[in-house]
Amino acid sequence: MEIQKNHSAYLDPILERHAHRATDLLQILRAAQEHFGWLHPEAIDHLTRRLGVPRAKIEGMASFYAFLHLQPAGRYRVLFSDNITDRMLGSAALRERMCRNLWIEPGKVSEDGLVSVDTTSCTGMCDQGPALLVNGMAVTRLDAQRVDAICDLIRNQAPLAAWPTEYFRVVDNIRRSDLLLNPGFIPGAALTAARQRGGQGLLHEIKASGLRGRGGAGFATAAKWEACRDAAGEAHYVVCNADEGEPGTFKDRVLLARHADEVFEGMTLCAYVIGARKGLLYLRGEYRYLLDHLDRMLARRRENHLLGASILGQPGFDFDIEIHVGAGAYICGEESALIESLEGKRGTPRNRPPYPVTHGYLDQPTAVNNVETFVATCHIALAGGAWYAGIGAAQSSGTKLLSVSGDCARPGIYEYPFGISVRQVLDDCGAADTQAVQVGGPSGTTLATHEFDRLIAFEDVPTAGAFMVFDIRRDMFEVARNFVHFFAHESCGFCTPCRVGTSLLRNLMDKLHNGQGSPHDFHEIEKLDRILLSASHCGLGHTACNPVLDTIAKFRPAYELRLQQRRFVPAFDLDRSLQTARQMTGRDDGATHLHDEGSVR
Amino acid sequence: MSKTFTLDDKRIPFEDGQTILQAALAASVYIPHLCYHPDLEPHGSCKLCTVKVGGRQTAACTLRAAEGMAVESDTGEINAQRLALVQMLFVEGNHFCPSCEQSGDCRLQATAYQLGMLSPHFDHFFPNRPVDASHPDFLLDFNRCILCSLCVRASREVDGKNVFALAGRGLKTHLIVNAPSGKLGDTDFGGADKAAHVCPVGVILPKRRGFAVPIGERTFDKSSIADYVASRHGKRGGEK
Repeated sequence: MEIQKNHSAYLDPILERHAHRATDLLQILRAAQEHFGWLHPEAIDHLTRRLGVPRAKIEGMASFYAFLHLQPAGRYRVLFSDNITDRMLGSAALRERMCRNLWIEPGKVSEDGLVSVDTTSCTGMCDQGPALLVNGMAVTRLDAQRVDAICDLIRNQAPLAAWPTEYFRVVDNIRRSDLLLNPGFIPGAALTAARQRGGQGLLHEIKASGLRGRGGAGFATAAKWEACRDAAGEAHYVVCNADEGEPGTFKDRVLLARHADEVFEGMTLCAYVIGARKGLLYLRGEYRYLLDHLDRMLARRRENHLLGASILGQPGFDFDIEIHVGAGAYICGEESALIESLEGKRGTPRNRPPYPVTHGYLDQPTAVNNVETFVATCHIALAGGAWYAGIGAAQSSGTKLLSVSGDCARPGIYEYPFGISVRQVLDDCGAADTQAVQVGGPSGTTLATHEFDRLIAFEDVPTAGAFMVFDIRRDMFEVARNFVHFFAHESCGFCTPCRVGTSLLRNLMDKLHNGQGSPHDFHEIEKLDRILLSASHCGLGHTACNPVLDTIAKFRPAYELRLQQRRFVPAFDLDRSLQTARQMTGRDDGATHLHDEGSVR
Repeated sequence: MSKTFTLDDKRIPFEDGQTILQAALAASVYIPHLCYHPDLEPHGSCKLCTVKVGGRQTAACTLRAAEGMAVESDTGEINAQRLALVQMLFVEGNHFCPSCEQSGDCRLQATAYQLGMLSPHFDHFFPNRPVDASHPDFLLDFNRCILCSLCVRASREVDGKNVFALAGRGLKTHLIVNAPSGKLGDTDFGGADKAAHVCPVGVILPKRRGFAVPIGERTFDKSSIADYVASRHGKRGGEK
């Protein structure tokens, strides 16, 4: 790309669109990068001047997000999804194949500045992987042939618009529908029903429904809305958390693709109850490809008086929704980090209390709910709380969308009433010889065969929706190691225990992987787990040890296989540390290897 | 009659709005901490001040004190965890105490002594963090940075300058300087800044003042950090 001296040419219209609001900084940087490919220092100069934000703050913010680049990252930026399900489908070999084909090293930009190939956390395409992102757009169902074809397209510098559309096709794979996924919702119907009941009446129905937040924690939705409504503030805000970053989860992607009307209508219902005039939907960067579709849906709702001023012709019922797009940070799924990100900052979880219901977006009362929760409220508004409370389990009313992936014949989205057994789900998705299921993603629970009669419900196995299946061929140690790498990569770095502890844990798991583990390392892992659990700032640190604790408890042989029966083995391997020297000298003969007891053969 | 809570076996008076740490320090009771400074907004990131309230662990610098609260702090379990956190900070950066100008005045080092640290325990990461000597009067040695963000907050909240910011994520989090060159010499940072005097370790050091006070006669050579902090807070109602 030629050096464009005049960065103001593309930045000024972007700044105009965002009314020069410094709180929109992340959105401004995203737009700037989509235009120029990366964030040029002179572009940052310009933004510093126009927004009055110190450049270190802009750089500090940009460097927090994996998808923003302060250095040229290649005209084609390829990121392979590195979730365990992608790996099980052969993503690592395909990535190597691409690197070999393009003659580049992973993680480095080619010398001509054309392309870089690296990995990223789960892109939410687990049911149609292996997947990658190219310049932020999702490519699914990779195989050797597709990878080779992509290499040719990159070498020939074909614009993404000229790539076969089939590559970018994302299918919904809905395998079992219930009340949320069944078609037939009429836009505006829930709002009309709500208006007949009034805000308090709607809140009453939601309370009666027993609806609990679908993001995983299960907080009562009515209690949240009520507390937010009653909190004093200059303005109230509705935020939809569509930062579906938990590896193995992709149900929000399907809801946004097929049921966006219900998502937006649920947000509008919330606005009606709490008295908000503005709503924000935080869409994870990996789902950037959905943005145009969602914007069209919003436009249509405005035309139909379901958004904007005087909704349904009711004077004073004014509400509109803005979409903010994330930029590759799992931590932004945590609601206070998400709000920081919406305000154009680093996605660091806030100190709580105060909670977002009283001090959220711009320090104002804010109701943050999951995509699926908002969809559920539409159906409660339509059919009433008592009806909804009759579905599902005692403490978990309604249905739950499960994102099923891994070793099964029919991966995809399954909607069940709460209280379904793990075994039933396994039967329905065509899983055979299953040894484990990871419910709720890496931060969730690893279930072994003797637990397959347990139930998906807040009172037994709670989940935000991930359901990854592992059959007897899989090495559960490697599954846990993949998750530990994920947490180390996604730790925000704010607090000491998580910033350092997740990396120490990753190194210990790698030590075991390399065959150098000793019983001593086991104690170390347990010690780190305790510190992460008790001293971390937020849920990421608290749960980062879950996959390790669970797999140690339930799949101990997978670990013991790797333990040398010596009291202590150093992580430092003399022979391996000579690898660089061997590479530099082009030698690999016996004389360049150490064969003493310090090396592991 | 003021409100009180209990900290281990002591009754601590507090005023509404005070955090556990603020009330404890005002009563001359030490709770280990590194990212807290009485003149700046609490941050809650180092987690050294983690205490147990009602069976749950929480940072004492951000939790407001409440009447009748029972807080555990000086216990074997919590101090063992604090020790591990300090060890994590040591292996995360490059801390070579014997050759550090701040040795004896360093709060990280003093806290490590206080907690009985005998070794770093964990494997070192040995990050590559070049030094910035561009400023005429100050040196930045990032090797010692513990990411407490005291300088970031002091520069923003007190000096109104925004000289520093945190960048990166996870273990790659690092301190940056607000200049196109990234160099301190290209900022308006000066010796009168609050930010020049809040670093708990040896990142921000004045030039040409090496070893003015001999090793052995420095702050924490003479008293433990617990005694030092408790006495200064109790007497003057504020640190530094």
